[in-house]
Amino acid sequence: MPTVIEVTDLRKSYGGRAVVDGVSLAVEEGEIFGILGPNGAGKTTTVECVEGLRVPDAGRVRVAGLDPVADHEKVARLLGAQLQQSELQPKLTVREALELYASFYPGPLDWAPLAERLGLTGKLATRFGRLSGGQRQRLFIALALIGNPRVVVLDELTTGLDPRARRDTWKLIEDVRDRGVTVLLVTHFMEEAQRLCDRIAVIDKGRVAALDTPAGLIRRSAGATVISFTPSEPLDDHDLVALPALASVERKDGRITLSGTDETVNAVITLLARNHVTAHQLRVVDATLDDAFLDLTKEEAA
Amino acid sequence: MNTAVLRTEFRLFGREPGAVFWVFLFPTLLLVILGSIPSFREADQSLGGLRPIDAYVPVAVLIALIMSGVQTLPQALTGHRERGILRRMRLTPVRPAALLSAQMVVQGTVALGSALLALVVGRLAFGVRLPKQSGGYLLALLLAAAAALALGSVVSALSRTTKIAGAIGSAVFFPMMFCAGVWIPVREMPHAMARVVQLTPFGAAARALDRAAAGQWPGWEHLGVLALWTALLTAGAARWFRWE
Repeated sequence: MPTVIEVTDLRKSYGGRAVVDGVSLAVEEGEIFGILGPNGAGKTTTVECVEGLRVPDAGRVRVAGLDPVADHEKVARLLGAQLQQSELQPKLTVREALELYASFYPGPLDWAPLAERLGLTGKLATRFGRLSGGQRQRLFIALALIGNPRVVVLDELTTGLDPRARRDTWKLIEDVRDRGVTVLLVTHFMEEAQRLCDRIAVIDKGRVAALDTPAGLIRRSAGATVISFTPSEPLDDHDLVALPALASVERKDGRITLSGTDETVNAVITLLARNHVTAHQLRVVDATLDDAFLDLTKEEAA
Repeated sequence: MNTAVLRTEFRLFGREPGAVFWVFLFPTLLLVILGSIPSFREADQSLGGLRPIDAYVPVAVLIALIMSGVQTLPQALTGHRERGILRRMRLTPVRPAALLSAQMVVQGTVALGSALLALVVGRLAFGVRLPKQSGGYLLALLLAAAAALALGSVVSALSRTTKIAGAIGSAVFFPMMFCAGVWIPVREMPHAMARVVQLTPFGAAARALDRAAAGQWPGWEHLGVLALWTALLTAGAARWFRWE
């Protein structure tokens, strides 16, 4: 797959503080690439450099081989974007906004089906100033897609949407990807990243902390499997700590929660059998992307 | 210039009743109110035989330009920036400059339309003669409109928020109205005062329009003052304006 977005050693500082401190990533054509990270990690600044809204201090950004700053107009024709925060003229109606933005592009999508897909058909005559937060968000998603772009950058795609609209939007983004459009998605919803993204870059303190598929990120984090049970007899701490590949042990109200790998699971079962202990309410679950994220971005303990 | 953006901004201007009233209707309304006072329709020796209403038509024309230049234009430009509309525009192949230039065309057009309305109502309702030196009048009018828009752009460039733009706009508004001759026609001002006032954009515009209305060439010195202000203010706006 050819690379569509290429970021090499990107750096950007504000007031002497490095917000983006050497980010490199390559987004391939037709994938949904997620950027995940805590607040203030430099996610938005990174995508704003991709959009050409900010000029990098150092490093290289290319979108379809073009420089988003020097070739701004060419990049704008093939890149659609939704910003974390922006507004439209308060008295502009939804329909007028869709028509206006469609007129900016050489081969725009038909706005009516797009509005239908985003549940805006009933709001076409409503002025922007009277839309709810979720409706505004859906309108901006429509405006990001209206130019029939090759690349879409979505910053906090589903913030402010209710669970139904969120799921509908996810389906829409998957359909967009299935048409061959490349999607760069900034999010802090783990469920969203896990469901949509083919690959994820976890950004922390201006650097890429990890870059992998969602499953890969979960697998590589310590404690990818979580075992919890209430033992019929107390278990000795020494036995628990000696378990292989163990990441953590927690005891609460007589319930034990262990995290580790498949190897840990097998060893726990052996341990219980050997001691003739019954495990009540035994649960073995895979860690979620949430756990992996927290593990990858945790503060170094002092 | 993007015609779709221009059309949209025109439509949006029409949805602002305040702007429509103050820029388009108020100057003519003021003229009608003044013209309803009988003494304003009698020839006055101190005005060189003109009636006060004759002297107030150019003033009404300038009020329209001042309203749009220092009141509605800075509000619109600063609002577009404050709301992130210019920023959103930067993501499209159309430059945000298209939005700014569309705003200026809209404001300029409405202000000139308002000036035309004042001239027509003055002619039909009060028999005020149309400008005799029409070419000179039009030139002075266009230069004055350009100066007003440039002034509005500077106000917007210096204002981070619409609140600040409103405050600066109001602070600039009354001195500009004074210079245009709203309280005392510029030609009636004491000599020393008139000399200073004629160096301001609207003082120069008032004199230029007066002279063209009477059939003379507006005078290169007045036109020159207007052109110089327009150039300076445009350069200032270009230098200080921030897109976000």
